[in-house]
Amino acid sequence: MAYFEPIREIDEAPLVEPGSKLSDITNDISRVSETKAPRGWWIAFGISSMFASLFVFSVGYLFYRGIGVWGNTSPVYWAWDITNFVWWVGIGHAGTLISAVLFLFRQKWRTAINRFSEAMTLFAVICALIFPSIHVGRPWLLYWVFPIPNQMSIWPNFKSPLLWDVFAVSTYFTVSLLFWFVGLIPDLATLRDRSQTKLRRTVYGALALGWRGSNRHWQNYERAYLILAAISTPLVLSVHSVVSFDFATSIEPGWHTTIFPPYFVAGAIFSGFAMVMTVLLIARTVFKLHRIVQMRHLELMNKIMLCTGMLVGYAYAMEFFIAWYSGQEYERYVFVNRAFGPYAWAYWTMISCNVIVPQIFWFRKMRVSIPVMFVVSILINIGMWFERFVIIVTSLHRDFIPSSWGMFTPTIIDITTYTGTIGVFFTLFLLFMRWLPMVAMAEVKGVMSAADPHYESDEGGGHGHADEKKPAAKKHEEEESKDDDLAPEGA
Amino acid sequence: MAAHAEKAAAMPRKRTALVLAQFNTTAEVVHAAEKVRDAGYTRWDTHTPFPIHGMDKAMGMSDSRLGWIVLGAALTGLTGAFVMMYWMNGIDYRIVVGGKPPEALPSMVPVMFELTILLSAFGAVIGMFHLNGLPRHNHPIFESDRFKTASDDKFFLSIEAEDPKFNLQKTKALLESSHAAHVEVIEEEV
Repeated sequence: MAYFEPIREIDEAPLVEPGSKLSDITNDISRVSETKAPRGWWIAFGISSMFASLFVFSVGYLFYRGIGVWGNTSPVYWAWDITNFVWWVGIGHAGTLISAVLFLFRQKWRTAINRFSEAMTLFAVICALIFPSIHVGRPWLLYWVFPIPNQMSIWPNFKSPLLWDVFAVSTYFTVSLLFWFVGLIPDLATLRDRSQTKLRRTVYGALALGWRGSNRHWQNYERAYLILAAISTPLVLSVHSVVSFDFATSIEPGWHTTIFPPYFVAGAIFSGFAMVMTVLLIARTVFKLHRIVQMRHLELMNKIMLCTGMLVGYAYAMEFFIAWYSGQEYERYVFVNRAFGPYAWAYWTMISCNVIVPQIFWFRKMRVSIPVMFVVSILINIGMWFERFVIIVTSLHRDFIPSSWGMFTPTIIDITTYTGTIGVFFTLFLLFMRWLPMVAMAEVKGVMSAADPHYESDEGGGHGHADEKKPAAKKHEEEESKDDDLAPEGA
Repeated sequence: MAAHAEKAAAMPRKRTALVLAQFNTTAEVVHAAEKVRDAGYTRWDTHTPFPIHGMDKAMGMSDSRLGWIVLGAALTGLTGAFVMMYWMNGIDYRIVVGGKPPEALPSMVPVMFELTILLSAFGAVIGMFHLNGLPRHNHPIFESDRFKTASDDKFFLSIEAEDPKFNLQKTKALLESSHAAHVEVIEEEV
């Protein structure tokens, strides 16, 4: 929240609907958790918790029978599980991007959506972490990945990218949780102060940690937030880079490419923004948040999707070019096989959803149409899932010698585990929307014109535009220097 | 003696904890803060629903020291990760993997980076709580019913009774003269 100098464009519209008061923001956001849930929430919660229980069943069955219940078999030992892992981690990345990178670039419009996307990050990373944990086969021995003394008196192999992944993803989860919670504290204090029942007062009061909006606290708080944003930015880039190392450091045609880290990061941002969009549009409609989540924010997100979609498209093209340019027979074959082999349908689904479909966002009419952006965001989510599937399965299914060629077919448990995690994600998300402030109230208030100390102090009734602000600021400075002269002792 | 105890139980002794002034706009609370700062008070604070630009200067505050705490945490994470991996793979149980020296530095970089970030994040959050004296669920300021709006749309300035310059009448007068919408005295039980 350390916005020191507002960046204004010519004719820039206010970030919150004009005429809104500070208390409107408090009421709009807080009432969601204080009133009965709308019917739409119950319907969504019912469906997603059904899928979440499907997940519990699938994983329970998997623990009972072993990972043979999945379709993974020679030569495709990494399939939907790792696809889902990479997909979910990628979805999480937009949350950090919105909360940290846009914060550092002083993109104030992020205040409308940052809480949302941070929550999305957390829940997506929870879903992501499930897959490698199950995929190890004997999840009760998962602690072997951590550098703790064990009965074999051997240490983890720190040269393995899979171990780097353990550190990267668990650090990512922890830092995202801390970032999210720090951002929540002032808003939890708001809910505490509004609470009418003892239960709410106790729970929100305990979570707010006695926050009293003190400026001496705000100073350290803002610094902590800035530091968290500054360290999350390289973190988010490192996490998907490390995920891509899982592939890039192997000597596997189709995986062994140096473009993977930036390519994976761009794809992560792309799919993450699409997921934020899907979830945001549902929440905006169900909870009627049009005052705060405006069309302008949605349009900006569509522009980011257009941009990252083209970055991803460039990476697809570059992969093909390098495969040809390398002159390496196996490398060339993998890519020809990708586009024209038995998995061509998956490849072209990926190209259509990720490269072709987002191009309609060149037209403003499409960027501001809710149904269009909802459909596109879902298509991008599908396309990005297929991207990971194409990278993993098409590279593996035809090994170096034709005797070890095969096809991967998902089993019913593959499908239920995957759709189950979508249920887990939405269940957690709906609970979050219901019980926690889903828009960062303190941050939104901080970007309103009423928050500017010069807003009402000048007689001209300026609206915070730079040129109108000058007289007030000058007057203020004069007053300040006069006061300094009169002060008996330096403060 | 018994009668005295009974009286004390019925009417707990109270003393003034702080004077609390309410303001309706950010401009008013910033100007009031400047006045209080210039009057030489030291143990006072402003309470706002969001951080106000320019308030640190208006209160005459020095910069946050949090960065130093985080720097310490970051360096601990960096060296800790290096020492851990060097000792585990390079000294305690040497294994050659991929034909590389067991203590090869390049493969340690990702984990060193991640642990630097992890410890910095903990440093930033725990350091912030430490500097702010949080969590603290009980504070005399919460006795005020009006203070509930400090997290909504009102702005407050509080001066503690323990401030060396505190004088109930003068302090109240100072706050009243700075366009406060409401001034109240908060008491705490002894």
